[in-house]
Amino acid sequence: MNATKETRQGSMKEEYLEFSPDTNRLWDKKYLLHVQDITAVFDGFKALDVKALGIAHNELRVIIGPNGAGKTTLCDVISGKTQPTTGKVHFDKEEITHRKETDIALMGIGRKFQTPTVFDSLTTFENMELALPGHQKLWPNLWGKVTNKQKNKIHGILDRVNLLQQAETPAKYLSHGQRQWLAISVLILASPKLLLVDEPAAGLTDSETELTAQLLTELKGDHTLIVIEHDMDFVRQLNSTVTVLNEGKIMAEGPLEKVQKNKEVIEAYLGR
Amino acid sequence: MILESVRRMARQHSVSAMLVFGLVLIPVLYWIGAISIETVNMLGRYMCFAIVAVGLDLIWGYTGILSLCQAFFFSLGGYSMGMYLAHHGGAGGATDPTGRWEVPACLHVVSSKVGVEPLPWFWKPFYDLHWAVLLGLLIPGIVAALIGFVGFRSRVRGVYFAILTQAITVAAWLVFSMNNMKFCGTNGLTNFDKILGHPLSENYVKLALYLATVVSLGSTYFLCHYIVRSRLGRVLIAVRDDENTLRFSGYKPYMYKMFAFTVAAMLAGLGGILYAPQMGIFTPANMEASASILVVIWVAVGGRGSLSGAVLGALAINLLYNFLTSEHNFYLLQWKPDYWPIILGLLFIGVVLIFPNGLIHLWHRLNGQTSKDGNQS
Repeated sequence: MNATKETRQGSMKEEYLEFSPDTNRLWDKKYLLHVQDITAVFDGFKALDVKALGIAHNELRVIIGPNGAGKTTLCDVISGKTQPTTGKVHFDKEEITHRKETDIALMGIGRKFQTPTVFDSLTTFENMELALPGHQKLWPNLWGKVTNKQKNKIHGILDRVNLLQQAETPAKYLSHGQRQWLAISVLILASPKLLLVDEPAAGLTDSETELTAQLLTELKGDHTLIVIEHDMDFVRQLNSTVTVLNEGKIMAEGPLEKVQKNKEVIEAYLGR
Repeated sequence: MILESVRRMARQHSVSAMLVFGLVLIPVLYWIGAISIETVNMLGRYMCFAIVAVGLDLIWGYTGILSLCQAFFFSLGGYSMGMYLAHHGGAGGATDPTGRWEVPACLHVVSSKVGVEPLPWFWKPFYDLHWAVLLGLLIPGIVAALIGFVGFRSRVRGVYFAILTQAITVAAWLVFSMNNMKFCGTNGLTNFDKILGHPLSENYVKLALYLATVVSLGSTYFLCHYIVRSRLGRVLIAVRDDENTLRFSGYKPYMYKMFAFTVAAMLAGLGGILYAPQMGIFTPANMEASASILVVIWVAVGGRGSLSGAVLGALAINLLYNFLTSEHNFYLLQWKPDYWPIILGLLFIGVVLIFPNGLIHLWHRLNGQTSKDGNQS
């Protein structure tokens, strides 16, 4: 308990290094996701070089950093889109480093991309329908129908993000903000163990940003989230532990107020 | 409830109207002597093409995968049926050395040149109509599943997949054209005579085959309609829109693509099975590269992503082809069949530029129907 608290304050960075898969896997109990010695090299360019990063159960972690810091690459590595050059990713007591995207998704890692990816020709409701957990197999989908319970759940979430009016509208006609929300709603409905949310507030108005922050904080209680964001106001609203990435490396970790005072961070990112 | 949904379908879908037209109106017109049996037979053949087109629409229009080997699958069906018909063909064959099998006339003519006498093993299962039909559906299905498994799993996509399928078609065409492959070479399967003991030259047999084709086309349409309206159909559209995102939702897109591709291939096979007895001959020309491209044109002109559009496109273009490949004396213009490719090309370009959603979209617009983009069927 005490250790968790200290970690959240960012003073335990060295602690992660003590653990290796061969020795005591104490972190299995503590962390839902554990990233160790991950490097990703593209054409000789080291995009990512993370020594250790642990995300505790039901934690909301915000990752910030300047452009090209490797935030999205980190997400890519976790979700299986990119293969890391070296290192290991453990999720829910299992190693997932070289698994396929589909398998990782089925294990319980959901993702929202930087640009909100929704299926343009499908309606808002149909987009949600495809995200229902446990309906990814081919044959049952041939005769399966949405139950009323599922329908109500979808409508409930859509109502929450003001998309109920657009339930029958093809997603291509949605505005940028609505698409962002749809992508987040899809993630909420899928309800994975870990949510990777890449820039949920990009291109949103202030009030929209506020609602998004509210939604994500609500999830915090029973979901584990990693949120990548640029918008400092938004980060402040989330009120959580912040990890600062710069040039692929973790530069600082801790509450926002503390991180903001870090000289290196100011130099690299906030001061600019 | 079933009746109500059938009624609703009839109101909404032009194909239901076409079905009534095909099942009732054409036979009546034939009975009163307004149209000849040749016309009925021709319509039957064009409806076989429509079945192929519906299959391509499923894989291309809905799933977004351009397949250039539908004519190959069509020919696999056609050859299965053709081999059955050749087995029961006219005179000119020979008894095989074992004395248990008759070598069909068309095979005897070709294979005697290369000195092959016994009936090849792969001809034997097609002696029986049930097996011929079953294999005519299964073989294209299995071939498509294999191509799909290899291609889709290794994430071959877009134009690369189209090229792959075209290469397979060309290779198959070469194989089937070779005399020593014992598929009767470029001559093809000929000398058809009887189906289940009924002579193919009789009018009632032609009419029955035509009616069987209409029923098959109707069943094909409703099967595909059911598929695209199911949740599976929405996953297919999602594959078309953004396959990568789908993976992060825990779906395996390659499974869905394999499914659509296999169904499309089996439908093409069905088209071939029905086409062979109505055409009276089946040659490797049916699987030339251009034949597959023609299927793409039917669907594009009719309306991609609309099942009735695919049917409309296949029928309209073929009827136009039939009309414009005979000599006509228009007011100032002496029409020659040679002009047809130009018309076909112009039609294709025109549709792509002016009605990217095809003729069916135009039809819907004229009817004032607002349809969900790309999803109407």
